[in-house]
Amino acid sequence: MAATSIRSIFGGRKGGEQTPFRRFVAEFAASKLAVLGLVVLSMIGLIAIFAPWLAPQNPYDLAQLDIMDGMLEPATTGGSGFTYWLGTDEQGRDMLSAIMYGLRISLFVGAGSAVLAFVVGATLGLVAAYFGGKTDALIMRWVDLQLSFPSILVALLILALLGRGVMNVVMALVIVEWAYYARTARAAALVERSREYVEAAQCLALPTRRIVFRHLLPNCLPPLIVIATMQVASAIALEATLSFLGLGVPVTEPSLGLLISNGYQYMLSGNYWISFYPGVALLVTIVAINLVGDHLRDVLNPRLKS
Amino acid sequence: MVSYLLNRILQAGLVMLVMSAIVFLGVFAIGNPVDILISPQATALQREEAIRALGLDLPVWHQYLNFLSNLLHGDLGRSFVFNVPALQLILERMPATLELAIAATLLALVAGIPLGLYAGLAPKSPVSSSIMAGSILGFSLPSFWVGIVLIMLFSVHLGWLPSSGRGDTAVWLGVRWSFLTVDGLAHMAMPVLNLALFQISMVIRLTRAGVREVILSDYVKFARAKGLRESRIIFVHILKNILIPVITVVGLNLGTVIAFAVVTETIFSWPGMGKLIIDSINILDRPVIVAYLMLMVLMFVIINLLVDLIYSVLDPRVRLGAR
Repeated sequence: MAATSIRSIFGGRKGGEQTPFRRFVAEFAASKLAVLGLVVLSMIGLIAIFAPWLAPQNPYDLAQLDIMDGMLEPATTGGSGFTYWLGTDEQGRDMLSAIMYGLRISLFVGAGSAVLAFVVGATLGLVAAYFGGKTDALIMRWVDLQLSFPSILVALLILALLGRGVMNVVMALVIVEWAYYARTARAAALVERSREYVEAAQCLALPTRRIVFRHLLPNCLPPLIVIATMQVASAIALEATLSFLGLGVPVTEPSLGLLISNGYQYMLSGNYWISFYPGVALLVTIVAINLVGDHLRDVLNPRLKS
Repeated sequence: MVSYLLNRILQAGLVMLVMSAIVFLGVFAIGNPVDILISPQATALQREEAIRALGLDLPVWHQYLNFLSNLLHGDLGRSFVFNVPALQLILERMPATLELAIAATLLALVAGIPLGLYAGLAPKSPVSSSIMAGSILGFSLPSFWVGIVLIMLFSVHLGWLPSSGRGDTAVWLGVRWSFLTVDGLAHMAMPVLNLALFQISMVIRLTRAGVREVILSDYVKFARAKGLRESRIIFVHILKNILIPVITVVGLNLGTVIAFAVVTETIFSWPGMGKLIIDSINILDRPVIVAYLMLMVLMFVIINLLVDLIYSVLDPRVRLGAR
């Protein structure tokens, strides 16, 4: 059953009265809060993707910045007749545009690391569950070990060694996160492994790679999707934290966390908006993802259904 | 039991060895240690001498063995910036961090247990729903953002609390502490709340889950049937039984709190180890970075060892299964 529901999510079987996909959509739509979260999240995603076309200003094109418009409060109109709805920073950069561009980087880092960690973690988790024995013991020991250290310490360790940079942050986040996927994938695969369809595939002498990725993986997807949603949120939060500490993305590619960090020094003198609005954007993003993820967990969890 | 213990200690030692190798390779192989350890103004001859004195002309494995043996002697190099032993520098900053972390843990228990108890006893009430919603926020909000909002509200807007530093300190047991002076306590208020927020959320959830479980048990039903006062049932029958796991989990989380103090200390300019490591990373003071990382790894290895031991004492299946 799980296999068909997943296939129809991605494949999309058209027509019919009660497809698993429709049931999934109906169950998801039952929570107004989760739907709201999804709508907000889609809007944030669109803003991030289309930032160069939507933003009133390219905040990193110095020719467009007017230093005379520096430190303007929100909703003031600058010398050039341009209204800065969320104010400007010390260089006269429109904060609204800076936030749109910042979202791009935050979401890229969050989603990119989640996808990579998914691939690495799910593969190792499935391999551990399928082969068992020494392989399993080795991989899961490492997972347990890593999960016993707080994520910020692992990230700190990696970034202290590698230095800042977008790719370094993605790598640090992947190293932090893969263990969660591995643990989830293994737990799900251990249950699926003893099912008849796996036995049948083995009797057909299918290659192991095919059994693991074409038979096991699709059936282990629901819990992995839930974990992935939650991990995107925590990756975005962790990236923001690292950038705030000055260990994350470089100043040339400021994410929301770096914008907050830049504005922080002006906050004590009352110029709150440089830090505050990027913070609100970060907050809304994280809460929206968590709302969706929380409800997805309820919908996709077979234990709660029966 | 003895073989289980030995097995665990051996593993802990192995973890330390692997981590030391990672840190060593990271710091000494990725960056060029010669450029880092020797002043750029040095002449070629001085460089030559320094390289030999520091053992940088030896093969990598030999250097690693030297690093290990220095590590075992507690010698982690001298800070480039402060020119004192890195370990000493960190240990000097440790009380400030410990003070913050312990205060945050206590606050988490004092605030989290009553809230969780209430949410567990009256799960349907609107107050409980807002407590639980609050705990979700406490989990998902990045703590640095909460810290900034706290400063904005209480320091900039209301002007009630100082936004940075430790304030006045008093000496106790030969170490300076902030919690002994009124000014110090005022300086501690926001950082402690900031650091505790995640823990408070966790304690609320743990307590609530515990209450929901225990309240259905036979001994609570029996106590009710006996006609005991409700307050006695709540505080003796229910609370006493859920306190042990809650306090254990929170206690074991002290290490995590110390690690996350990095963020809080940076926001509130709290002069602890966390702020030191961030400053050191920003100015590439590598001996301090290495010393901090190794110290944290050691701390977590010890904590994990303790967790294993505690669980094996509490649950015989763990040590029997490990054979």
